[in-house]
Amino acid sequence: MENIEKKLTVALAGNPNSGKTTLFNALTGSRQHVANYPGVTVEIKNGLCHYHEYKIKVVDLPGIYSLTAYSPEELVARQFILEQKPDVVIDVIDSSNLERNLYLAVQLMEMNVPLVLAFNMADMAKARGLEFDLNQMQLLMDVPIVSIIARKNEGTEQLLEVALRAAAEKKARRVQVPFGSQVEKELEKLTPMVSGELDFTKQFGPRWVALKLLEGDQQVVALPHSAELLVLMEQSMKELEKHYHESTDIVIADRRYGFISGACQETVKTTAQSRHDISDQIDVVMTHSVWGLPIFAALMYLVFWLTFTVGEYPMGWMESLFSWLGGWISSYWPAGWSEHLRSLIVDGIIGGVGGVLIFLPNILLLFLGIAFLEDTGYMARAAFLMDRVMHKIGLHGKSFIPMLIGFGCSVPAIMATRILENRRTRLTTMMVIPLFSCGARLPIYALIIPAFFAPVWHGPIMWMMYIIGVLFAVVLAMLLRNTLFKGEAIPFVMELPPYRMPTLRSLMLHMWDRGWLYLQKAGTVILGISILLWVASTYPKIPEDKLIGLDEAQQHSAQMQYSVTGRVGRLIEPVIRPLGFDWKVGTALIGAFAAKEVFVAQMGIVYSVGEADEGSEVLRQRLRADYTPLKGICIMLFCLLSSPCMATIAVTAREAGGWTWAALQYTGLTAVAYVSTLLVYQVGSLFIGG
Amino acid sequence: MSLDQIENGKTVCIDHIEAGHGLKNRLAAMGLLADQPIRVMLNDHKGQVIIAVKNSRVVLGRGMSHKIFVR
Repeated sequence: MENIEKKLTVALAGNPNSGKTTLFNALTGSRQHVANYPGVTVEIKNGLCHYHEYKIKVVDLPGIYSLTAYSPEELVARQFILEQKPDVVIDVIDSSNLERNLYLAVQLMEMNVPLVLAFNMADMAKARGLEFDLNQMQLLMDVPIVSIIARKNEGTEQLLEVALRAAAEKKARRVQVPFGSQVEKELEKLTPMVSGELDFTKQFGPRWVALKLLEGDQQVVALPHSAELLVLMEQSMKELEKHYHESTDIVIADRRYGFISGACQETVKTTAQSRHDISDQIDVVMTHSVWGLPIFAALMYLVFWLTFTVGEYPMGWMESLFSWLGGWISSYWPAGWSEHLRSLIVDGIIGGVGGVLIFLPNILLLFLGIAFLEDTGYMARAAFLMDRVMHKIGLHGKSFIPMLIGFGCSVPAIMATRILENRRTRLTTMMVIPLFSCGARLPIYALIIPAFFAPVWHGPIMWMMYIIGVLFAVVLAMLLRNTLFKGEAIPFVMELPPYRMPTLRSLMLHMWDRGWLYLQKAGTVILGISILLWVASTYPKIPEDKLIGLDEAQQHSAQMQYSVTGRVGRLIEPVIRPLGFDWKVGTALIGAFAAKEVFVAQMGIVYSVGEADEGSEVLRQRLRADYTPLKGICIMLFCLLSSPCMATIAVTAREAGGWTWAALQYTGLTAVAYVSTLLVYQVGSLFIGG
Repeated sequence: MSLDQIENGKTVCIDHIEAGHGLKNRLAAMGLLADQPIRVMLNDHKGQVIIAVKNSRVVLGRGMSHKIFVR
């Protein structure tokens, strides 16, 4: 069977919010997250789909409006089509916003790639009184069209059928997009000269290359053309500009829209109102100049409240489960078996990994909240509301989307900065993203806050930690925009998608995806680091004679100090002592570089080596005995501001295009954390005593 | 008149756009071209402007809306 399987590549193109990712998930059964705001697909994602005897590689391209060389997403998408030459391209079209979506389709037609249009959200279009004459439209545009409802997985089979046929036929287009006599005349002049030139031309046709030259497309112009052709190109462009009093690319864009509205006029019947009626009404409230921001703040508070108050219950269950497990292993540990192994399992693995795992419910709830705000389309409104604030710090509202994602995890947040077109704005945003308190910092707060503060203060203090992070981000961004990344803020354009009710499936998928990542991290990185830290905290063993005359707690403490961890901790203690930290906190901070959650795991190990059945409550009691509330605050503050975790550093290096940026981010933030914590601790001690 | 001076709820027609090459091109891709009718959904005369164009809602920065001339 295997050897007769036919392999194919299908690329999914489409505007942001057209339902491309939903279709991708429907086809591949994969669990890509779908969000209702521009720029979710920042990377090219692959999935597999088996259909009859075909093994289809489905590629999800970034959401784009056009195929110019102006934005990174557009270039990525175009490059993929040019270089990887997919067997067929499916352009996903939001059929309730047809004209704008067809603009991309027309550009794909120009490229002469085997193309199928998937008219998505056919149900919504119908509900809004839009009727399409698909047969007529297929004839006019010379492209197969299939009507689908991706989120209900309707029509996808037929879509595949049609796409496979288009891939097999690979027929040349009969209908060319007409650009009007003037442009056509110039195209005719250029085409014969382009023809013989490059391999490139054979693939996509001389007309496309000539068109791109006329548009002044930087990438195509930069190809090795003959000097003669370039002179001719200049002449043609001048000719057209003289005629239209407008640059050629705009003239051509105008012609494309002309072609589209011509085709739509004949084939689309509108019997009712626009798709935005309800959305517009919601926006009257949500984007209100007075109420907008308070509503936003309230929604964010609601998300955090959900995370912590509701999350407390399942967290308690997880905690009991782990402490029961530890106790059970200890009490049934066969006599004569290695005591070291028991300690490794109970203190190292259960103490370390379990200590991190109990926060899974909080993580899930936090991501559920963020997913809800994203999927409904509210996030784009949040960006709009924040623009005025962001403007003051030299960024614009769009920067706020990656920042919000940063509350979940810095890694996807830094990747999401790709939606920012301007490099300086993008770098600034990237640098400050770790200050948006991510999900991994949560376990630290959740451990420390209840240890030192009365229940009524839990919410406000948690809220305060997040606010402090945001304030630091604001100040730092301002600083960066006025020094290192100085430059004009570029004007901004962003689409506001209509509000949509998220599907339960999509919310669950997103939540599960994040939860799964967290579990994987706990099972790999955190497990490894926990074992490593356990070894470092347990060995070398202190000579027996040094323990004589000490009680159990003192013995434990003596052993701890004798171990590698204790020694390293002592080594760095002079540096962190002014911040109110002792060597135990120091070792946990080192561990936190691998992943912030490790801080909690390491504190668990430091305090539980030699003991079993510890729950967070016991750990909290110990913390209370060793530290003051001020020190607790300082620990949280330092964890919030200091060096981002390894994964963040790596993704910053990749996205910013160099380790210099990552190093700058690391040292910069750590320095900020050190100075701030130092101030808080020293000043705080004066008033309330360290 | 530039777009930032238009009141809420008014429908106007784009006359011309005074912007750089890349920006003009991006606006064109979103349907913002000469002779295109657009409706101002929200303009508080301080921040960004939300407009309706071709069945979509687009947020334009204040500076940007100052460069779009309408009639």
